[in-house]
Amino acid sequence: MQRSTTRWLVAGALAAIGALTLSACGSGFSSGSSGSPSGGLTSSNKALTVLIGSSGDAETKAVNSAVADWATSSGTKATVNVASDLNQQLAQGFSSGKPADVFYLSTDALAGYASNGSLLAYGDQLSNKSDFYPSLVKSFTYNGKFYCAPKDFSTLALEINTDMWAAAGLTDADIPTTWDQLATVAKKLTTAGHVGLGIGGEYARIGAFMTEAGGNLMNADSTKATANSQANITALDYAKKLLNDGSLKYAKDLGAGWGGEAFGKGLAAMTIEGNWITGGMQADYPNIKYKIVELPAGPAGKGTLQFTNCWGIAADSPNQAAALKLVEKLTSAGDQLAFSKAFGPMPSIQSAASEWKKANPALVPFLSAADYAKGVPTAKGAADVVTDFNSKIESLATGDPKTILDATQTNLAALLK
Amino acid sequence: MSTTTRQAPALRLRKKSGIRRGEAASGWLFTAPMLILLGLFLVVPVLMALWVSFSDWSGRGSPFAGNVNFIGLKNYSALLSGGGLAEQDFGTALKNNAWYVVLVVPLQTALSLLLAVLVNRQILKGRGFFRTAFYFPSVTSSVAITVLWLFLFNSTGAVNKLLSYIGITGPNWFNDPGGIFHFGAANGPGFLTANTALGVSWWDWLGGPSVAMFAFVLLAIFTTSGTFMLLFIAALQNLGGDVTEAAMMDGANGWQRFWRVTLPQLRPTLFTVLTLGLIGCWQVFDQIYTGTKGAPGKTTLTPAYLSYQAAFNNQEWGQGAAIAFLLFIIIVVFTLLQRWILAERKVSKRRMRLYDIPPSAGSGPSSGASGQTAAAIALTAPLQRKDRP
Repeated sequence: MQRSTTRWLVAGALAAIGALTLSACGSGFSSGSSGSPSGGLTSSNKALTVLIGSSGDAETKAVNSAVADWATSSGTKATVNVASDLNQQLAQGFSSGKPADVFYLSTDALAGYASNGSLLAYGDQLSNKSDFYPSLVKSFTYNGKFYCAPKDFSTLALEINTDMWAAAGLTDADIPTTWDQLATVAKKLTTAGHVGLGIGGEYARIGAFMTEAGGNLMNADSTKATANSQANITALDYAKKLLNDGSLKYAKDLGAGWGGEAFGKGLAAMTIEGNWITGGMQADYPNIKYKIVELPAGPAGKGTLQFTNCWGIAADSPNQAAALKLVEKLTSAGDQLAFSKAFGPMPSIQSAASEWKKANPALVPFLSAADYAKGVPTAKGAADVVTDFNSKIESLATGDPKTILDATQTNLAALLK
Repeated sequence: MSTTTRQAPALRLRKKSGIRRGEAASGWLFTAPMLILLGLFLVVPVLMALWVSFSDWSGRGSPFAGNVNFIGLKNYSALLSGGGLAEQDFGTALKNNAWYVVLVVPLQTALSLLLAVLVNRQILKGRGFFRTAFYFPSVTSSVAITVLWLFLFNSTGAVNKLLSYIGITGPNWFNDPGGIFHFGAANGPGFLTANTALGVSWWDWLGGPSVAMFAFVLLAIFTTSGTFMLLFIAALQNLGGDVTEAAMMDGANGWQRFWRVTLPQLRPTLFTVLTLGLIGCWQVFDQIYTGTKGAPGKTTLTPAYLSYQAAFNNQEWGQGAAIAFLLFIIIVVFTLLQRWILAERKVSKRRMRLYDIPPSAGSGPSSGASGQTAAAIALTAPLQRKDRP
């Protein structure tokens, strides 16, 4: 009897310890000091932390120096941390109630964090708000609120290996401006050694055809699923035809990880990639001569996809006012042009466009595409649907475009319920 | 005098006095650090995750905050009968992982047993070298091995180069979503493709692992058989030589000795190896995370990786936790099932007759010994002891 009492006592003590631990956790989690969405920003003299997912040393260095400049001029301390897994580290920060103040945020992740209140919707308070490209602002608008300032962006264009182009007897006059012309030159450029067009077999490349046909997976605000529209079917039919002709191949079928690798290794005479390809070509395949042109127009005119990230500010940040100032500085023309020089992306503000074009004459087609580029779906859970869609268009050559798009339509529509 | 003798037993009953006083307290004290650590880093998080799996926690702030609601089995039903993408993904992950388990567990057990028997032979020279060599893949980090695998199984990598020497055009391993039992067929018969379970068609369930997953199967066999070989070696060295010797006296050949004498004695180790293998295989994560992240065509998606993806990338924390607990249930069920299959049972009457003394064998003690073989005596002796207390 006594023995069991002791046991109960011990069990009770353990439970008490457990409860204490839990409550300690609870206090650590700080149940959301709601970041006053009505416009009032928190302000304190606390140092800022900036969390970035860096593509390499060049990017880290550039962001570090820009933030350090701001810290000295503003008097608020700020440190930059490079995340090894940005999504995971962001999630940990938000759940613990102590997130980084300013961070990179992808279009995929916006809806998830905006819907659970982790993000400060500060877009309308930016002094340079009207300078951003409207389509980028749309990508970071969720439930009618402009959440965060686009950091920079990239678009897709057509890269052509000029040596292979000349070897096939093609001249500048043959540069494709329509789908038919693209099919023709792709066929001419296909030889035993390389394929005419080699691209990544995923929505983020094939989707460009959809926009050229006038479609996309969702509408511009990501409030309506438009996956199985006739335009998208036309686009996939076109891609399927090229695949079955043998003039288009996916990078993985060429033994390359992405389009740029297939292009650099000389396995494809043309590829569709964004402006990040220039850095890769310079570093890994400096001997390949190539030129960049805008993607050919489809049945509905010109089209391409754009990709962008923004500078998120946490709703739980104790110093939102300073964070906003920092973001304004990081998206200014001076800083964005410096970033562009260091690691390649295009400035997200229109006022920096002419200077950027002057500095990068060969890359002008990328920036020209900003006028008609469309964003990728940003609805919560859309990234999963896109992954699913990607897995299906891997077998587009033998699949039925309508069936693939119908399944995607069902999945996208389910997100909006 | 008489009082003290009367008190003595009473004293012994009261625990709090005498030399053993406070033993329980110090026992708890000594185990306290481990209990607190396990509680803090294992029990508490598990209970929290269990709560999250029944809640609509969105990943911001504490899961115990006031704005988090209990939503019952909603997360579980979305995975098991939702009809949406979540169910499809979960079904696909289960299918992938089930095939992974079906291939990896038997193969790695067989291979590790084979290796253990080989390097355990007295006659083998340089046994230490071989043991180290076979064990080496197990001590290397799984990330490093996965990266190595990505290179080896590249479409233009070493493996395909080797295959090309014998006239085989190797597949594009980590980029090939085709099921290995589909044999390249794109579409199956209607009755298989029309019916689905967990959002995945029967045709896909039966298709086996994709070529990409198969590369991971090879990876798992390569890396884990060394560890299990060690377990088997330890078990083999614990076996007394007398039983084997007795079997040898009876004229059992090497093959028979292995299957009828050695293997039955390894049953506890076999259980350990199969259980560890089963658990490890159902939890496969790091290879997927570093290697393919579920690609190509979601054919290397596993429940463990899906759970991570749902929580950290999609902010579906409830679903992520629910997947983890479904996985837990699966593992427990399979382990129990396997325990039941491998349980020690009474030798059946039919079997027992083999060892019985044939009644017609005369009455002399010498003829009895010849009827009941030496090995049978050695083997059944412990069994009989157990049967007759």
